[in-house]
Amino acid sequence: MQRIGVFVCHCGTNIAGTVNVEAVSDALRKEPGVVFSTNYQYMCSQAGQDIIKNAIAEYKLTGIVVCSCSPRMHEATFRKTAASAGINPYMVEIANIREQCSWVHKDTLTGTEKAIILGRAAIAKVNLNAPLTPGQTPVTKRALVIGGGIAGIQTALDIADAGFPVDIVEKKPTIGGKMAQLDKTFPTLDCAACILTPKMVDVAQNEKIRIFSYSEVTEVHGFVGNFDVTIKKKARYVREDICTGCGACTEKCPQKKIPNEFNLGMDTRRAIYIPFAQAVPKVATIDPDHCNMLKNGKCGVCSKVCTAGAIDYNAKDEFLTEKYGAIVVATGFNPIPMDKFDEFAYSQSKDVITSLEFERLMNAAGPTGGKLLRPSDGEHPHTLVFVQCVGSRCEACAEKGKEYCSKICCMYTAKHAMLTRDKYPDTEVYVFYIDVRTPGKNFDEFYRRAVEEYGVHYIKGMVGKVSPEGNKLKVQASDLIENRQIHIDADLVVLAAAIEPDKSARPLATMLTASMDTNDFFTEAHPKLRPVESPTAGVFLSGACQGPKDIPETVAQAGAAASKVIGLLCKDQLTGNPCVAHPDEMMCSGCSNCEKVCPYGAITYVDKEFRMPDRTTKVRRVAQVNEAVCQGCGCCTVACMSGAMDLKGFKNEQIFAEVDAICR
Amino acid sequence: MKVSYYPGCTLRNKAKDLDFYARECAKVLGFELEEVEDWQCCGGAFTSSSDEIATKLSSVRALKAAKEAGQPLVTVCSACHNVIKRTNAAMKDPAFAAKVNAYMKQDKDFTEDYNGETEVCHYLEYLRDKVGFDEVAKKVVNPLTGRKIAAYYGCLLLRPGKVMAMDDPENPVILEDFIRALGAEPVVYPARNECCGGYMAIENADAAKKRSLSVSESAANHGAAELVTACPLCRYNLVKSGSELPVLYFTELLAEALGVKEANA
Repeated sequence: MQRIGVFVCHCGTNIAGTVNVEAVSDALRKEPGVVFSTNYQYMCSQAGQDIIKNAIAEYKLTGIVVCSCSPRMHEATFRKTAASAGINPYMVEIANIREQCSWVHKDTLTGTEKAIILGRAAIAKVNLNAPLTPGQTPVTKRALVIGGGIAGIQTALDIADAGFPVDIVEKKPTIGGKMAQLDKTFPTLDCAACILTPKMVDVAQNEKIRIFSYSEVTEVHGFVGNFDVTIKKKARYVREDICTGCGACTEKCPQKKIPNEFNLGMDTRRAIYIPFAQAVPKVATIDPDHCNMLKNGKCGVCSKVCTAGAIDYNAKDEFLTEKYGAIVVATGFNPIPMDKFDEFAYSQSKDVITSLEFERLMNAAGPTGGKLLRPSDGEHPHTLVFVQCVGSRCEACAEKGKEYCSKICCMYTAKHAMLTRDKYPDTEVYVFYIDVRTPGKNFDEFYRRAVEEYGVHYIKGMVGKVSPEGNKLKVQASDLIENRQIHIDADLVVLAAAIEPDKSARPLATMLTASMDTNDFFTEAHPKLRPVESPTAGVFLSGACQGPKDIPETVAQAGAAASKVIGLLCKDQLTGNPCVAHPDEMMCSGCSNCEKVCPYGAITYVDKEFRMPDRTTKVRRVAQVNEAVCQGCGCCTVACMSGAMDLKGFKNEQIFAEVDAICR
Repeated sequence: MKVSYYPGCTLRNKAKDLDFYARECAKVLGFELEEVEDWQCCGGAFTSSSDEIATKLSSVRALKAAKEAGQPLVTVCSACHNVIKRTNAAMKDPAFAAKVNAYMKQDKDFTEDYNGETEVCHYLEYLRDKVGFDEVAKKVVNPLTGRKIAAYYGCLLLRPGKVMAMDDPENPVILEDFIRALGAEPVVYPARNECCGGYMAIENADAAKKRSLSVSESAANHGAAELVTACPLCRYNLVKSGSELPVLYFTELLAEALGVKEANA
């Protein structure tokens, strides 16, 4: 039998306002196992904790029940108190008589009655508690960052700055991500390349950082502090260690007409290419789908012109396995394809473009050298129509677009409109919007400048149809404020396409057993209090893979993710949660139900030899729990049909005892 | 191959050509249209009625007859197709079907509940999916070579896109593919899925005229010499608007290409 002390907290009037705390401590004093019961104004205060410590010594308590707020609030506090007085911290139970009792009841009688019942249940459980000791696991002091956009770059730099080695895995031939494709950045209008490329160079030069470009993560095993990750280095047919990035091959390759993805297909590149001048690593890559030499063995020009001898047509994909203590997901976003939005004639006219294409058109390194020219005829456009929310906030058409707000479009459209009017005062610029959403430091001022100083015509309403007629785009729209139909003959229409997580995110989430929402954005451990951690221990989130974000927010989150990684890698040992699943091997039938429901991949099966009563041995398949991976969610205990799986600290018998106490 | 056929009221009056050539061409293409016995109005004229059940009954009777015959129900008129297809979709909702079936039980020949089992298929869809435009092309004896024809979809054939599920409502291709199969050159123009003015023709003829003219002008600007449609109301509005382009039903065009028209001249 335990010797239990009960401590009822008033929480000022939070609890005492609707619960008669005196009556609760009196009633619980009579429960089996209870040797001491009291109440106090603030149990969590130093004085309150001293009451607990003194009682432990005086009454030789072996179990503690604190009737107070939610265990999320102060369970850790009272466990520490118990531990400092020499009791195993897992002998402490919290009866939540605040959130689940005093706050929801108005009547003192019912509140008091319920508080007593909740206390009784906690006492019944403590009677069956056993001391638990968390395990320790070592930490591999290296981090993996998946994705080499601004989010991945910033996270890697910050982790490396703290002295830990970091690897970046980027699926494209260069790091830089979407930001490398942008022209100017809001709200200060500094050029994206000017602020990004120095960071890319820092990454390349940092001794602590390795870049695996043109590579993908293919397998992840292990758990927090001890991940084993397989990285596929796709064959680039150019030896990275030898290539000097001189670019001679990219000028001589006879395959000239391949759409250039960096400029979103608005110009062409060769079959051997360097995505852009400031690429990191600055090495060439052969596109195997278009290279004649790789397709039919006829060419070899690049190999002839390469003075460094870096071309290797026989290169194969390489796989390497590395160990990491922490993984940061920074897989970013993409604009959604416009093929389901034919009302805007994107597929019918070259002069209907997306905002990212517009960025390239405005960029000095873009297909037009920074001159705003119509893609169809190279003429200077005079009337431009920007359409916001194309596919965003699309509740009625979820099969086409996204229900959420893509967040960045209002600001970058204001930027585009402003820059157009600034560079080309002979233009008329219209912006159609549902709402203009510009919260953020200096954001609304920025939008207002577009309207007031630059004379951009903002019209509340959506565009219904864009029809190419001759060399004009006939835009039909509605003005919701003036309640009238509008017809504009435009030269260029720019669609602010909704953004969605990169397609690589979902398979990666499966590998990491990290959870995602219905839109394939990674879910954070807590939407407010743990925004950069995945619920899966050791996996962290950086940038737009977690939700739409602009650059300032992405950088802030990237730094936050890095600090969490540093906090983890600083530790030599990790203390686990001892409340983990534990199978009774004698009862386990090896059915795999628990393995199937485990969201963390913590359960495996082994063939184990058992001695039978008749002294023979028998091999049986039984479940095995990796305690470092198990998060103690309890799914397996419910799924186990033979009742073999139990959760330490929440055993079936403890739960039943609580239920019995409540129903008594 | 026999299919159930629902002509609808307009095909008995204003749009006799649409009906006649549909039947005759089917014979050439190797399928037979069996007219649903005692069919009633599709309900298209009741769309503004406040009783949501009563408006569906006549469509459901045709659908039920096709189910009992074990055949898909083929329609030609865009409006009938729209009403019948949407009614059929609504009948897949058990709560709604229960109400309609409760009415239907009062019919003398009622046998069993109808729950949206029939496949509703527009004549064009039937050509594309069952016969195949390639097969249609093979049967063409008078290829319409050199003719520039603009397909006019209107609204009822394609929308609501999810229910009608015939083609992309914003960028459809079915009529263009059909025109191509007959040897002519389809003209793609932006107004091909805009509204013709519809029933506005009754209340505000000028508004309808404006809409229809914008359609035919858009087609003409893109080089079309004629317009083809599946909808009697669209054709009425286009012709009434004084469009300079001739407006044909798609079955007329088909009959021309298959040699059916000259055989029946």
